[in-house]
Amino acid sequence: MAILETEQLTRRFGKLTAVDALTISVEPGEVFGLLGPNGAGKTTTLKMLTTLLPPTSGNARVAGFDIAHHAGDVRRVIGYVPQLLSADGALTGYENLLIFAKLYDLPRSDRENRVRDSLAFMGLADAADKLVRDYSGGMIRRLEIAQSMLHEPQVLFLDEPTVGLDPVARKAVWERIEQLRSEFGTTILLTTHYMDEADSLCRRVAVMHLGKVAALGTPAELKQSIGGNGATLDDVFAHYAGAELETGGSYRETTRTRRTARRLG
Amino acid sequence: MRLPEQGVLRGGWANPAITRPTNPLALVASFIDKTLIIAELEIRKLRHDATDLLTRAVQPALWLLVFGQVFTQIRAIPTGNVRYLDFMAPGILAQSVLFIAIFYGIAIIWERDLGIIHKFLASPTPRAALVLGKALSAGVRALSQAVIIYILALLLGVKVNWNPMALLGVLLIVFLGAGFFSTFSLIIACLVKTRERFMGIGQVLTMPLFFASNAIYPISIMPGWLQVISHINPLTYEVDALRALMLAGGVSAYGVGLDMSILIVAMTILVIIGARVYPNVAI
Repeated sequence: MAILETEQLTRRFGKLTAVDALTISVEPGEVFGLLGPNGAGKTTTLKMLTTLLPPTSGNARVAGFDIAHHAGDVRRVIGYVPQLLSADGALTGYENLLIFAKLYDLPRSDRENRVRDSLAFMGLADAADKLVRDYSGGMIRRLEIAQSMLHEPQVLFLDEPTVGLDPVARKAVWERIEQLRSEFGTTILLTTHYMDEADSLCRRVAVMHLGKVAALGTPAELKQSIGGNGATLDDVFAHYAGAELETGGSYRETTRTRRTARRLG
Repeated sequence: MRLPEQGVLRGGWANPAITRPTNPLALVASFIDKTLIIAELEIRKLRHDATDLLTRAVQPALWLLVFGQVFTQIRAIPTGNVRYLDFMAPGILAQSVLFIAIFYGIAIIWERDLGIIHKFLASPTPRAALVLGKALSAGVRALSQAVIIYILALLLGVKVNWNPMALLGVLLIVFLGAGFFSTFSLIIACLVKTRERFMGIGQVLTMPLFFASNAIYPISIMPGWLQVISHINPLTYEVDALRALMLAGGVSAYGVGLDMSILIVAMTILVIIGARVYPNVAI
């Protein structure tokens, strides 16, 4: 049975249809990638699935709960790492996690241990009591993933988890994501526009284009679909979304991404 | 984190049936708990860096030391048998609480731009607890101002009422005042969404709120239209209660009970509105 499914999920902003009748289904324990250029509707999809944005029409169920009618239940069973930097720089890494442990009602007796354990799991034990504003970009991302995993969510949403990171930091984040999946069986839905990321992490990917799914399948299947031998996911991307590569990405979006990248740098 | 083989049910805490409180009493307890956690977050931030609180104290100090001293000398404002400096000290306390609270919304926009708010909104925390928690932490910030104003008042020879009940009353009013105006500020931030627009509106609102109140002169000397505005300005009731509680032999024009009721009702309404508009910042 699917742990996450959307049916004709649609979101309009005025005349613009950001997500257009999206129908996807994700299996438990799967890492599923949403690919596409800026403005393809990836982030809007994630915002709807994490209950931040009500859909215009259609519906979706996460872990059996309807996102519109049981938003409170959905929020309890998901973890979310926004694209923007969401850790609080004015607090230590430990404090960032402690506050969320409390907000998610982790049992008091176990709280401190779990916070320390998950910091250690993400390789941040030594930096636990440093202010997050002194962390490197990769450390912040790992902290945020730790924060989103504290309550052992059934589904984890990662919005562009490695945007703005250097190759070493990206590698470290990938390893943790892979570890989460294999050790805890967490279902992970991530968005990215890095093809190598999708290739090495995702079991299945959906290439989004102008709010619609242009192609869906395992990376191997997708490469096969455009002629097989020697094709890379880059070719798949170019084939399904390439012609319009420059359509998306407003000024505001671009400044935000740049700012995020600068903070991470 | 635990490994599955230790026999712990995967996702045990994430199961809504286990963690979601059902009876009304537990719901209220959970709501208060969440509100305090949000306030704790803000207090922890202050503990790491409190310089902001000291620089904020400069302005009220100038009002008391310069404006207060001069106007006490010239006796231009009729304040009955209360010395002008004594009359205005509670007004300046209310003013510094107002100033610290009214720009609180800028932090909301900042957190939105960083993505912090998105994570809180995707958590099971009630929206009203997020808003009320922020209001409470604005109160904590305002408290530091109260301490500084009391010290200044002491140095300037203001006849302060040191009765513990009166002090407790001042504490409560400071929290209510800060809570009201910071929530007001949060709502504006949620509506305008950008720092530039917010700063503009903040500037436009602050001075009228301050001058159309009884903070530094009695309402009775105002022209009629301004008196009307002053009477619907919550700051007036905040100042009135502070004047009664802070000064030795202080009297309230409307009654401290009424003042408090007005502030509590006004703040409740704003928190309800705030909880409705707060999720919009993430969109």
